[in-house]
Amino acid sequence: MTSTHPPARPVTGDPSVARPVLDAADVGRALTRIAHEIVERNHGAADVVVLGIPTRGVSLARRVGARIDAIEGAGGVPVGSVDVTMYRDDLRLRGVRALEETDIPPDGIDGKVVVLVDDVLFSGRTVRAALDALSDLGRPRAVQLAVLVDRGHRELPIRADYVGKNIPTSLTETVHVLLEETDGRDAVLLGPADLPRGETR
Amino acid sequence: MTHPQTALARHLLSAADLSRDAALLVLDTAEELARVADRPIKKLPTLRGRTVVNLFFEDSTRTRTSFEVAAKRLSADVINFSAKGSSVSKGESLKDTALTLEAMGADAVVCRHGASGAPHRLANWIRGSVVNAGDGTHEHPTQALLDAYTMRSRLGRIEELRVAIVGDVLHSRVARSNVLLLSTLGAEVTVIAPPTLLPVGVEHWPCAVSYDLDAVLPKSDVVMMLRVQRERMYGGFFPTTREYSRRYGLDARRMATLPDDAIVMHPGPMNRGVEIAAEVADSVRSTIVEQVANGVSVRMAVLYLLLGGALLETVEAVA
Amino acid sequence: MSAWIVRGARPLGGKPADLYLHDGVLVDDPPVGAQVLDADGLVALPGLVDLHTHLREPGREDAETVESGTLAAALGGFTAVHAMANTEPVADVAGVVEQVWRLGLEAGHCDVHPVGAVTVGLRGEQLAELGAMADSAARVRVFSDDGHCVHDPLLMRRALEYVKAFDGVVAQHAQDPRLTEGAQMNEGAQSARLGLAGWPAVAEEAVIARDCLLAAHVGSRVHFCHVSTAGSVEIVRWAKRKGWNVTAEVTPHHLLLTDDVVASYDPVFKVNPPLRSSEDVEALRDALADGTIDAVATDHAPHALEDKETEWAAAAFGMIGLETALSVVAAAMVETGRLDWSGVADRMSVRPARIGRLTAQGQPLLPGAPANLVLVDPSARIVVDPRTSASRSRNTPYAGRELPARVVATFLRGRATVLDGKPA
Repeated sequence: MTSTHPPARPVTGDPSVARPVLDAADVGRALTRIAHEIVERNHGAADVVVLGIPTRGVSLARRVGARIDAIEGAGGVPVGSVDVTMYRDDLRLRGVRALEETDIPPDGIDGKVVVLVDDVLFSGRTVRAALDALSDLGRPRAVQLAVLVDRGHRELPIRADYVGKNIPTSLTETVHVLLEETDGRDAVLLGPADLPRGETR
Repeated sequence: MTHPQTALARHLLSAADLSRDAALLVLDTAEELARVADRPIKKLPTLRGRTVVNLFFEDSTRTRTSFEVAAKRLSADVINFSAKGSSVSKGESLKDTALTLEAMGADAVVCRHGASGAPHRLANWIRGSVVNAGDGTHEHPTQALLDAYTMRSRLGRIEELRVAIVGDVLHSRVARSNVLLLSTLGAEVTVIAPPTLLPVGVEHWPCAVSYDLDAVLPKSDVVMMLRVQRERMYGGFFPTTREYSRRYGLDARRMATLPDDAIVMHPGPMNRGVEIAAEVADSVRSTIVEQVANGVSVRMAVLYLLLGGALLETVEAVA
Repeated sequence: MSAWIVRGARPLGGKPADLYLHDGVLVDDPPVGAQVLDADGLVALPGLVDLHTHLREPGREDAETVESGTLAAALGGFTAVHAMANTEPVADVAGVVEQVWRLGLEAGHCDVHPVGAVTVGLRGEQLAELGAMADSAARVRVFSDDGHCVHDPLLMRRALEYVKAFDGVVAQHAQDPRLTEGAQMNEGAQSARLGLAGWPAVAEEAVIARDCLLAAHVGSRVHFCHVSTAGSVEIVRWAKRKGWNVTAEVTPHHLLLTDDVVASYDPVFKVNPPLRSSEDVEALRDALADGTIDAVATDHAPHALEDKETEWAAAAFGMIGLETALSVVAAAMVETGRLDWSGVADRMSVRPARIGRLTAQGQPLLPGAPANLVLVDPSARIVVDPRTSASRSRNTPYAGRELPARVVATFLRGRATVLDGKPA
C-alpha cells in the first residue's frame, strides 16, 4: 500500500538501521559551500541575517554564520532563531508541542535579507510556517532558504536557494541529520521510516 | 528545552492538577510567549477559530481583562459573559448558563465564581476546557502560576526559595493554590496569620505555619501579602483592623528586616494601610505591577497548552 | 380479608419456617384459601420502622408526596414511617398532623406517624401545642424541630418536661447554630483543602451533652436524631451508663460514606449533619453494633433537581434513602460482621417502634402479632439507579453503586404492599 496522503504524524525511523549518506567531513564542506554561495549571491553579508529553525536548524545557522564571518573577515553577521510551533498548520492534528526559542538579533529583520536555515526540506510546510512567523516579526527585504538536505516530495510551492545535498527519497524512507551540538557527531543517514500503526509492508 | 509532558489535562481547576513537569512547561511556555508583547504585531495565529468564553460571576475587571488579552493575542474569539447573583437564583444560572455555552460551541470557559467547586460542576456540563479563574475560597491556579513566574523571573529560581504567605489564609484561594504549586516546584512555604485565620486542617498542608511575622521575615526570600477584608472583623476573626495591621501588616520597618534581595508580592487589590503600607507597595522590592504583565503571558501559556493542539481523544485516534 | 402462606422464610435469619398471615395478624395454622409465597432463602424481619423521614407534603409536593414517599418506604421494607414536621405549613398544630396522617391512610403503602414540631413555626421561640397534637387522631408521640436545633436551653428544658404528660419524646436535631453559620461540610482536612466552610463536630456534641444532662435533670427521655460523630457516640454511651433515658439514631449514609466524597463538589453528597471522617464512621458502626445507638433512621430528604444541580454552596442539604436503607445497613453492618439479621431487626424495627411508642410495630414474628413484616434476599445484589426510584426525587448518593440485599416483599397488617420487589 502506498500512501498518497501526507502523514499527519511526525515521520520517524530507527537511525541504527539507516545507512550513511554524508559523513562529518561532507557536512562541513556542504556548509562551507553554502556560506560562500550566500555571500556571492548577496554581494557580501551587509544586510544578511541568518535565522535557524529549531532544533537543528539553529546549530546549522550558527555554523553558517561563523563561516560567513570567516569569509568576509568583517564583524559578526547576526544569527538567531525563529520557532515555528505556533504557526504550524498541523497543530490541531496532534497534541500540543512545547515551544522553542525565538531569538531575533537586536537590529531586527526590517529591510534585511533573512536567510532561513533548516536541516531537512521535505513537504515545505515548516518553511511556510517560518515565513508566516517572519511576517509577524517584521518586513524583510527578501527571504532566502538554506537547507542541509533536500529530500523532495514538496507539497507547497517552496524551493531552497542553497542546498547542501539533494537526496531523492521514497515516502517509506526517512532522513536522519545528526549534529555535534545535539547528537554528538555530524552525519546524514537514510533509513526506513516507521510505518503507521496497523500497516504492514 | 525538551519536556516529557507536552499537554495539560483537559481542565485546569486546581494547582494540584499540575505535576512538576506540567507546571514548568507552563512557566517555560510563558517565558517564550512574553516576547510577543515586545513585537510590533502582538499576535500569534495559534488559537484562530477557537472560542474562549470569560464566564465571570464575580466582578473582576483585572483578571477578566488579563484572560481576554491573552486569548486575543493567540487570535481566539473572546466572549465576555457576566452572570450575577447565582446564590440568589439558586444555580439555575450555572447549569442553564453551561447549556448556553455548549450551544455557542465554547472551546474553553474561563470561570470565576463565588462558590467553591463551581468550575468542577461546570466541567461536568460542557465539552470544552474549564479554566478556574477563582472559585470561592478554594483555588486560583493561574494566579499561583503567575506568582511562581514572577518569583522565577526576579530571583532566578523557585526551588528552595523561602516563601512567606501572610494574611487571611482561611478565606484565600490564592493562598491555597500558591501553597500547592510552590511546594510542587520545591519551594519552602510558611503561612503566617492569626490563629483565627488559619483553617483547621492546615497542619496537613505542605507548608510550615507561624503566628509570628517578625520571626519569619528575616528568613524569607519572598513575602506574599494577602488581602484582608474588613468584614472579617465582624466575624470576630480579629478585634480591630488596627490590631491586625500592627501584628500582621507589612510596613516600612518590617520591610527593612527582609534580606537584601527579597521581594514583596500581592495578588491585589490591596488595602493600603491595612496589610501593606503604601511605601512598601511602591518600593523597588514590590512586584505588584509586573505581576499584571506576567499574568497575560502565563494565561496565554495555559490557553495554548489546553487548546493549541488536538484534544487528547483526537491525538489517540490519529496515532 | 387477606391470607398468606409464606413458605420457608428464615425469621431473623434463623432456621427456615413457614409464616401464616390471616386477617392482619400472624396465626398458628395455615389459613384456608391463602396465596402462597415461596420465600426459600429469604430472611423475614418485622416491618421496618423509620423514626425520621421527610415526606414534604404539604408544601413541597414537587419533591415528594405522602403517596410517593410511602411507596418508596414500602419498597425499602418499611411498614411505618415518622414524617418530620418541617413542611409548609409546619406541622405545629393538630390540623396539619391530622392531614398528614390521613394522607398516609389513604395512600395505604405504610403507616404514617407525623412528628409534631417542638416550637411554633420551628422558630425556636415558643412551644407548639404539643398536647393537642398528642390528643389528635394522629396521636403524635415524637416531637422534633428537625432541620433546626432547639438551641435555647430553657426552651429545651420546658419541652422535655412538658412531653412527660403524654409519654412523648423530644427528638433533638443537635446543631449549635452559631458554630455552624454558613457551614457546608465537616470541618477537617478536607474542608481546608476544598475551601468549603467547616461544620465542627463540637457543634453537635455540645448540644447532645447539654440535652443529656437536661433530660436527666428533669427526669424525661430524650432522643437524638442523626448522630454523626465519634464524640457524640461517647457522650451517649456515657449518658446511658448513668442510667439516663437517652436514645439515639444514625442514618445509613453516616454508616457508609466519609467526607472524602465531597472532593467532587457534587451536591448529592451535601447533607445535614455532614458526612464525617472514617474514624467517625467506625465509631458509629461500633455504637450501632453494641446498642449505644438504638436505631437506624433514614432522614430521607427528597429535593427537586434544581435544588441539587447547582454549585455546592447554593444546593440544599439532604439525601433520599428509604429504598436503599436496608442494603446500606447490610453493607456497613452485616457484611462486615458487626450485626446479624436479628440485630438488624432490633435496630431497624424493634427499637424504633419502642421509641415511637408504636405497639403494632416491631413485634416478634410470633402468632398473635400484627402481620407487619418484610422479606429480604440477603444474597442478592442491587445496583442503585436513581431513575427507577419510586421517590419523586433523585438525590441518592449511591447512584451506580452495587449494594447487597434486596427487599422482595413487604406486608402491612397482612396485606402485601410490595411483591417481588415491586409495588403490589
